[in-house]
Amino acid sequence: MPVFDRSLKIFTVVMGLLIFSITFGSMGLSNPWISPFTVGLLGKYLCYAVLALSIDLVWGYMGVLSLGHGAFFALGGYAFGMYLMRQIGTLGVYGDAVLPDFMVFIGFEKLPWTWYGSQYFVVAVLLVILVPGALALAFGWTAFRSRVSGVYFSIMSQALTYALMLAFFLNSLGFGGNNGFTDFKRILGFDVHSLGVTVSLFVASALLLWSAAVACRWLVTSRLGLVMIAIRDNEERVRFAGYKVENVKVAVFAFSALLAGLGGALYAPQAGIINPSLFAPIFSIEMVVCVALGGRGSLYGAILGAFLVSWIKSRLSTAAPDLWPFFLGGLFVLVTIFGQNGAMGFLRWGVKKITFGFKKEPVHDPINEPKEAL
Amino acid sequence: MAAQDQTNQLPMGQLPIGQESDSGTIFSEEVIKSLTSSKVSDRDKAIAAISQNFSPLAAEVLTGLLKGGLFWDRDSQAFYLESNGLKPIWPTAAPSAAVNPKKVAVNNRQRELLASLLSARSLFDPKVETRREAAKKLIGAPNVDLTVVQRRLAEEDDPRTLDNLKIVLAMGALKNQEGSEAEKLAALTELERLYAPAALEDIKALASGSNPELAKAATQTLKLMEARAQRLALAETLFFGLSLGSVLVLIAIGLAITFGVMGVINMAHGEMAMLGAYTVWATQTILPGQPGLALILALPAAFLVAGTVGGAIELTVIRPLYNRPLETLLATFGLSLILQQAARKGVSSMNVAVITPEFMSGQWAIANNFSVTQGRVIIIVFCLLVFAAVYLALQKTRLGLEIRAVTQNRAMARALGVHSSRVDTLTFALGSGVAGVSGVALSQLTNVGPNLGQDYIVDSFMVVVFGGVGNLWGALLGGLIIGLANKFLEPMNGAMLAKITIMVGIILFIQRHPKGLFPQRGRVASF
Repeated sequence: MPVFDRSLKIFTVVMGLLIFSITFGSMGLSNPWISPFTVGLLGKYLCYAVLALSIDLVWGYMGVLSLGHGAFFALGGYAFGMYLMRQIGTLGVYGDAVLPDFMVFIGFEKLPWTWYGSQYFVVAVLLVILVPGALALAFGWTAFRSRVSGVYFSIMSQALTYALMLAFFLNSLGFGGNNGFTDFKRILGFDVHSLGVTVSLFVASALLLWSAAVACRWLVTSRLGLVMIAIRDNEERVRFAGYKVENVKVAVFAFSALLAGLGGALYAPQAGIINPSLFAPIFSIEMVVCVALGGRGSLYGAILGAFLVSWIKSRLSTAAPDLWPFFLGGLFVLVTIFGQNGAMGFLRWGVKKITFGFKKEPVHDPINEPKEAL
Repeated sequence: MAAQDQTNQLPMGQLPIGQESDSGTIFSEEVIKSLTSSKVSDRDKAIAAISQNFSPLAAEVLTGLLKGGLFWDRDSQAFYLESNGLKPIWPTAAPSAAVNPKKVAVNNRQRELLASLLSARSLFDPKVETRREAAKKLIGAPNVDLTVVQRRLAEEDDPRTLDNLKIVLAMGALKNQEGSEAEKLAALTELERLYAPAALEDIKALASGSNPELAKAATQTLKLMEARAQRLALAETLFFGLSLGSVLVLIAIGLAITFGVMGVINMAHGEMAMLGAYTVWATQTILPGQPGLALILALPAAFLVAGTVGGAIELTVIRPLYNRPLETLLATFGLSLILQQAARKGVSSMNVAVITPEFMSGQWAIANNFSVTQGRVIIIVFCLLVFAAVYLALQKTRLGLEIRAVTQNRAMARALGVHSSRVDTLTFALGSGVAGVSGVALSQLTNVGPNLGQDYIVDSFMVVVFGGVGNLWGALLGGLIIGLANKFLEPMNGAMLAKITIMVGIILFIQRHPKGLFPQRGRVASF
């Protein structure tokens, strides 16, 4: 099956147009019609979309529902946030060249060992990749090897992010406790708040999303991808056929966590703050609902869902903040009961209706047609 | 200054019991003069004189002196007491507003003296609670007049007050420079028997003292008391662990039914408990002035409310999602958001005030220095009762039989005429109702607000998964073990870390034993 099918081509064009119009609209005109605020907001949505994509990869294609993917996202954010905190340097309130403000405030004498090397950009990028990846590898390895699956795995992953949230609340851990990291000043020596950096971060996020989508598309169309889908549809049968189900699950889970971590790393500078609330189970579950709403088992569905939910959330929480939980809760219920294939399923259904009679019935495509309910 | 303190030490008031003094004579000319004098020693005299008087007014004056609320107005020659503004207390003809009031000052030593005078005074109070409090305050207080305590010892009939008075006497005997060795040895035995941690410093001083006989005995006493302190600490940790464990079990029982028996993940389970807690608030609002009765009435009410809501949830949301457990999880999570927000909008986003009735808030003294809140004991017992009730309901009733039949083999149960979908609804209602009942218990321990359910949902899932799904005994043991482990870990490295340790511990445990403590065996296991 080709990696660059029609959908991916459309997606590539959409992303290209988005990057061009946002860059041009905010920088290329003497009278810009897109504010830096909007650029930052869209950049954040792109990061959420990366997270949703990573959830969809394991849930939609492998049947593993992780309720703790926010933890990997947050860890990536924290890893990159450490670098951003070190970049503040003497610009902070206390003006300490080495220690970030919150450490001076709490009374740390010297930098904890966890922070060694965090002043280098390369180390930060390595941490962003390694920390979520390693945690997912360790957690996935122990879980999948002892065949913890289904709802058990979901609850365990939720416990994981909950435990991490409690841990990151502790001041003594040296990651800013309740307040986390904030007040970033510079990135690679440039001012974080300058328009150039804002747009660059947006473009970086868009490129990350695009490459993540291509990577996922490549993965699910590969032989490994077929095994993943087989695991989703009947794990026992795949095992009896001689595949090492555990290894496949661990590898894909770790890759997905790595993607989430990268999304988190770009999220931190654009949000301007990173704190333990990203470890809260509710955040992870919200992202899962994005996937369910957009359409599970369809990569673009996850992206669409992340944009839809984030956009509605920002709209509704300013217009009628009291209604947002009702809306989100209702969405959970309705999407799960009525819309198994989400917005993407609806789109596909619509396209089918419109083109009915003009187009030949497509050949059976296991990747884009989630066969069995999970 | 120290030397002066020594010479000025007054014995505690000699208490001529039963002698009624005329309040008019408190402020004799002598007293007025010494009380308003600028000399510390003069005021000592005045305090001694007033302490001889046993009228309520004298007690008020002493309390006023202690708190710095006694004022003297030189212009009108009158005393005023501070209580929401200055009130004249003497003479009766004093003008109601002071012209030029000046505080009657006391120093720290005098304040200590006043405190012990006042508490010695309350040793003779007719109310037993006041006497208990007073005797407790005398332990370790400076300048205690032992003769007063001795006198009270003969008349006192409350055992707890009696024990405390004995401790006071023994401590006095230890400190007495002229006391004989035998007296001190007896005092040591007494202190050990009654277990008085307040005396530890004195005993330590004795252990390193010059008298070898006494030093040996004191060291022995110290050792015994330390062992006792450890036992007490252990008992306390055990109790708090059981208390936390029983709360976890209470919530987990309902979950063990819906998750364990039915295999349905109900993320709104915590909100069922929240509904139960709000039911307590509602019944207490309907029945003002009778919080105890309202609490008891809330038990069946909460069961009905939460059970009805649970049944409705099963019919509308869960029924279409059977065989899709992951989606049940998401849908019920959405429901929990809606229910929380409904509580916020419908009642208040703040916590509501739930009254703790007297029988729940009292202290229950098991031993000297070891008392537990009655409410916690009641909740431990209540947890066991609920467990027994649910267990019997599942084992001995027709519904229980049908529930177990449907759980084990749905098709066969249907073939035998069990209305399986009706059983599903009832099972879910039962689980939710039990959660509501647990909410009633929770309302007595924690804040009742929209977030009540959320705070416990992760923990209770942990209990069920740890104990073994589909097994009530697992929920009971799992909950108690987690509660105890939590409380035993807490002193070592703080509450947060204890919780994290337990989470990680359970995650690792599940990796080794994926089916929990009590895995289901046989044919049921493959279900």
